[in-house]
Amino acid sequence: MSKAPTLVGQQSDSLREAFGKVISECANSDPKVLVLDADVAGGTGAHHFRRQHEKRFIQCGIAEQNMIGVAAGLATVGFKPFVTTFATFMLRGLEQIRLSIAYSQKNVKLIASHPGLDVGPDGASAQCIEDIACMRALPGMTVLSPCDAWEVQAATKTLLNYPGPAYMRTGRSPCPNVFTQEPDFNIGKGRLLQDGNTVTLISCGVMTHRALAASKELAAQGVSVRVIHMPTIKPIDSVLIIQAANETSAIISCEDHNVIGGLGSAVAEVLAESPSVPLFRMGLNETIGRSGEPDELATFYGLDKESIKSKVFQVIEKVGK
Amino acid sequence: MTTTEKIAQQVRKDIIWSIYHAKSGHPGGSLSCSDILTVLFHRVMSPNKSNKNRLSDDYFILSKGHATPALYAVAASKGLIRRADLKTLRAINSPLQGHPDVQHTPWVDVSTGSLGQGFSVAVGIAKGLQLKNSLKRVFTLLGDGELQEGQLWEGAMFAGHHKLSQLTAIVDYNKLQSDATNKQICNLEPLADKWRTFGWNVLAVDGHDHQQLLTTLMADTASTQPKVIIAHTVKGKGVDYMENMPLWHGSVTLSEQQYIDAMTSLGCSLAELEEYQNV
Repeated sequence: MSKAPTLVGQQSDSLREAFGKVISECANSDPKVLVLDADVAGGTGAHHFRRQHEKRFIQCGIAEQNMIGVAAGLATVGFKPFVTTFATFMLRGLEQIRLSIAYSQKNVKLIASHPGLDVGPDGASAQCIEDIACMRALPGMTVLSPCDAWEVQAATKTLLNYPGPAYMRTGRSPCPNVFTQEPDFNIGKGRLLQDGNTVTLISCGVMTHRALAASKELAAQGVSVRVIHMPTIKPIDSVLIIQAANETSAIISCEDHNVIGGLGSAVAEVLAESPSVPLFRMGLNETIGRSGEPDELATFYGLDKESIKSKVFQVIEKVGK
Repeated sequence: MTTTEKIAQQVRKDIIWSIYHAKSGHPGGSLSCSDILTVLFHRVMSPNKSNKNRLSDDYFILSKGHATPALYAVAASKGLIRRADLKTLRAINSPLQGHPDVQHTPWVDVSTGSLGQGFSVAVGIAKGLQLKNSLKRVFTLLGDGELQEGQLWEGAMFAGHHKLSQLTAIVDYNKLQSDATNKQICNLEPLADKWRTFGWNVLAVDGHDHQQLLTTLMADTASTQPKVIIAHTVKGKGVDYMENMPLWHGSVTLSEQQYIDAMTSLGCSLAELEEYQNV
């Protein structure tokens, strides 16, 4: 008899695994927490919850539109449902999210794994690069994209006691830690990770460790770059953005998402209504992804550390220090 | 006429009156479900003992949200909203939105108006009640055209699988949808078989016969299955020129003459018409 196959991908340090572990832990002290799944628990981190809280794990089958409505119903009778699936499949229920959750102001949390190029070899169909844009457009929807396992842990604990609808991106691939311990997490607050006086990098999700690594190498070359990590994309921390506009000569946004509608657009909206500096957006530029390992894809699409460094030099040349 | 039949007739008049003043709305599917909603709220669902700002301690989701003039008229008949407010339906400062809306009328549990969605929410409420070991029930009213939505069958499969016996779905089976008959648009039959194969206990009634509705809605089937009542109804029920005509699905503007004709058809006397005018 042959052995069971090994699932592809190291899951140990990924944001999805971090979510699965922390929600299981939180549920020990909060009996209202439920996790809903559409037959992808092995891939979203929800398998941890299923193992520890079998009766509070709601298997919905491969039927995301209904799953989202069911979550709204569970919230109606006082539960705290966490809907888990891949980011792409969350979009399958976008209209359900709009009316049954956002317009109906339901206490439902949408936790989406598999965002952007971070998905890797499954290719374009699974690499969701439109979710932030879609969710951001929904009135009353909070949108989060934490950058490492520690921050996912902190964000999940905050979401547990946040009463409204919220969408959080996790991630598929193992991701280096940005933090060394669980940070505080306040919805709507950005984080100044690295002060600097030339240009500012504003990033979210997996792009933050790349932006930070780029800034360290730039510092060694005598270029002082500010790095702001923006784990809440909506409501965006406009104070931190305006401060960066006042104190540095340009802003570069970095996201694993289409450049339309995501973090870069959110930053642009703030800058358009304030004393401004030039903004340069790094992301998927109106193109779709392809198969490949996440780091290879980041290089291919110009979203790796080296690309960020090059962009910084280009921008400094264009706008000055 | 029995008491609920009288209330249902009043509900129908109120529907026409409110849609006439709104200059838009969906009369056909509101009139077809008036008997169902009247019996449900006046005889079947629990009283609102724990919260006077709700219609009942049980749950109701109007999944065919476009029939909300009927829900508002029933809410007025229960004293939850002022009857005079029905005249403000769809107006800019009115709480009575064109489709049920949580933010304007907190006594509805979810905003509806996009077909198929309310049903899943009702399914979720039933799942929640099951988890809580609560004895409360959840009812949801579906349109027949609504059954063409894929989400509906996702929810039906889930409810059958999870044995949500506290859930009762009622199909307002008036056989007409927006443009034409169900049969012409996309045939639903054999409808009872479809529900049965999804794990539901299926019952059928004349959706305008109050005794049948009461018996079926109250029936304790001692089953672990969710229950669906296929209620055979007449679209535009009670207004002779609207009955069985897809044209009156909506959204329509009623002229003054059409309003008077409809009210007369519903048995409204001149004196009563005048009373409406003075509200």
